[in-house]
Amino acid sequence: MNLEVPKKFAMLVEQAHQVALNVYRPISRKYDKSEHAYPKELDMLASLLDGMNAGGENASGATSATGGTSDANNTRIKNGSNMSTALGIMELCWGDVGFLLAMPRQGLGNAAIGAVANAEQLKRFDGIWAAMAITEPGTGSDSAAIRTTAVKDGDDYILNGEKIYVTSGERAGAIVVWATLDKNVGRAAIKSFVVERGTPGMEVSRLEHKLGIKSSDTAAITFTDCRVPAANLLGSPEVDVQKGFAGVMQTFDNTRPLVAAMAVGVTKASLDLTRELLKDHLSADYDHLPINASYIEATLNRLEAEWEAARLLTLKAAWMADNKQPNSMEASIAKAKAGRTANEVTLKCIELCGSLGYSEIDLLEKWGRDSKILDIFEGTQQIQLLIVARRLLNKSSSELK
Amino acid sequence: MHNQDTLMGNLQGLGLRMLTQFASSDVADRLKIRKPIETMLYQGSKTGFQLATKAARVFSKKSTSDAATRLPSQTRNNLFDLSLSEEQQMTRDSLSRFAKEVIRPAAHDADEAHAIPAALQAQAAELGLMYYAIPEALGGAATEDSLVTQMLALEDLSHGDFSLTAAIYASVSVANVLTRYGTAAQQQQYLPAFIDEAKPTIASIACNEPVAVFDPQNLKTTAKLVDSNYVLNGEKSLVLLAADSELFIVSAQLDGKPALFIVESGLTGLTLSDEPAMGLKAAKTARLHFDNVYTPKENLLSDANYREFLDLGALASCATAVGTAQAVLEYVTQYANDRVAFGEPISHRQGVAFLIADMAIEVDSMRLLTWSACSLAEAGKPFHREAHLARILCAEKAMKIGTDGVQILGGHGYTKEHPVERWYRDLRSIAITQNAICL
Repeated sequence: MNLEVPKKFAMLVEQAHQVALNVYRPISRKYDKSEHAYPKELDMLASLLDGMNAGGENASGATSATGGTSDANNTRIKNGSNMSTALGIMELCWGDVGFLLAMPRQGLGNAAIGAVANAEQLKRFDGIWAAMAITEPGTGSDSAAIRTTAVKDGDDYILNGEKIYVTSGERAGAIVVWATLDKNVGRAAIKSFVVERGTPGMEVSRLEHKLGIKSSDTAAITFTDCRVPAANLLGSPEVDVQKGFAGVMQTFDNTRPLVAAMAVGVTKASLDLTRELLKDHLSADYDHLPINASYIEATLNRLEAEWEAARLLTLKAAWMADNKQPNSMEASIAKAKAGRTANEVTLKCIELCGSLGYSEIDLLEKWGRDSKILDIFEGTQQIQLLIVARRLLNKSSSELK
Repeated sequence: MHNQDTLMGNLQGLGLRMLTQFASSDVADRLKIRKPIETMLYQGSKTGFQLATKAARVFSKKSTSDAATRLPSQTRNNLFDLSLSEEQQMTRDSLSRFAKEVIRPAAHDADEAHAIPAALQAQAAELGLMYYAIPEALGGAATEDSLVTQMLALEDLSHGDFSLTAAIYASVSVANVLTRYGTAAQQQQYLPAFIDEAKPTIASIACNEPVAVFDPQNLKTTAKLVDSNYVLNGEKSLVLLAADSELFIVSAQLDGKPALFIVESGLTGLTLSDEPAMGLKAAKTARLHFDNVYTPKENLLSDANYREFLDLGALASCATAVGTAQAVLEYVTQYANDRVAFGEPISHRQGVAFLIADMAIEVDSMRLLTWSACSLAEAGKPFHREAHLARILCAEKAMKIGTDGVQILGGHGYTKEHPVERWYRDLRSIAITQNAICL
């Protein structure tokens, strides 16, 4: 048993931290104040991040050969790319969540392609920046009820409908769109399609004005008789009622721990700055129990404990994925805990720091706004609780609604 | 009701199966863990119980120039790894079964009787937990620090019942303290009695004080050196099994700083009074009064690391809370599926289901913080911050889980028909008692 981050990831974590500190932080306020402006500084970084991810994969490759030297039971234990990616994201979001979301070629659409594309598609879409379009004006968390249609026509599908909340929808080179082949069949008929930018019939109709993560654009996109090659359908084109939603939903098992990692990062940013601002009012070494400490110290230590729990739950979900253990419930647990912790901690830190926290001079108020989205997207707090509860209680979605 | 004879037969059967399985494993030899587990299983397979006698024990003083025996820290794989070793898993399986088949069925009556049944205490001693606490050189079976295994043991036992686990672990805790901090003479004088086959000694830690804002760094109980003795004055509250204990570890302020002392029962000026509390009833809490109690100056635990001692006590509490919180979660999960209201199981309501999901999330939070701190400690690394965060989180979440457990059962949860009202009372102790037990 060991819950420390392995040394082999120290370099990756340090690199990401330096990016967060020296690239993200200095321009964080600038793009918070100029929503929809393209953060051109990120272009330089995108290739570096590609390199960092590749480094993580190399590191995980080395694990299977050398891991588990002291305990014969654990020779097959791996710390691989799920963990290294989560660690990298934690550090980058310590810098700025919006920039992480706006990073070229790191979109959720890329995760979807990675999870369900076939070999030919993986090759064809290699290096593309793909955004993800699931939500519609009438369907938030109920993604099975989407109304965007895809109708087969020769070697193409014709898409019609409206998508909202598409992160980097205007900036990305392609959009992964969820659409239904048959509204009457329900979940099993929902398929995802890669629609490249410039495809006739796809149009960005609006960019949202948001509470936070302003450097990350959020687009509304309409599809009007938009013709997409059938070869761009991800996964199987068959409507398999038995398999149902699994194809598209399995993307979430991969992405939820990553959103949890984002939450862990911004939470740490708030804790670190709050400790710095309040250092004259805190004892240094965790020596006082809550009843023997000042309100500020007791509160800050409690928040740090919540953060530590969120961090370890996130690493657990990633560790399970690295070791090929089914982690659907643990991914939701991590997302639920980290999302609500980020929101609580960033808001409480503003309160503890008073006007220093609330003013725009420092970044605490920004983090207090940025954090809110992390308890909403990739499944709200309540959706995560539903998933966890259904699993624990062995209930279907028709029993526990 | 369970038939005790059949039950012990089953447990022995389990032990023998485990022994066979384990003996055929070449892992055992490579990891050098064959000896402790064999000893544990041997102890666990003996039949019959020796009931406690009233005879006072004499701890013969030893004079030695030896160095104290310390258990080395464990070396470990440097990867993040939540899996358990084969030995840990075997211990878990055995203790989980004991918790389910022996502790849980005894818990209601023990709570009512304000006592752990003598037979249960003897059975628990036969489990061999003490062998993990005491070094091989002193008659135990430990060859290295097995803090994580003990943490898992607490988690598993308290899944059966919280306050019975506290009672069972009181003596093991004192043995842990003596192994960790005792001088060679103290270890040789006191530790053998803990594995006395006829009548293992019962001992307890006395750290809490009956004051409004208790601060373990600033104790009201005082110690003063007078000639060749320390003279203790003050009061200690909520001492587990105080009336049965032959030996106490007592914290007291010495020269302006907290220090730990070994105090034998029966000393002049040392008296006790019943102090029943909201919970912990099976552990028979009592208050100890020190009125000019003389304990020999050799009984100062001069090698003690007081802050580490506090942390290890907190982590023992955390592990116990994790096990009981897990029990609450499993109990209400079953109940919510069985209980029908408005024509369907109450688990079909988000208002109920979300409370249960939250429980699962926070039990795992508690567990990971506790595991994180304990695995650092076992490896000999700094763990003070992690222990502090674990104790804060566990104190808060354990009580929330305790109260939600009763809430989900509604009026039924408020009665003694179900264990949740008992766990509710017991879990309140997490933020209160310090170092009642210790890893």
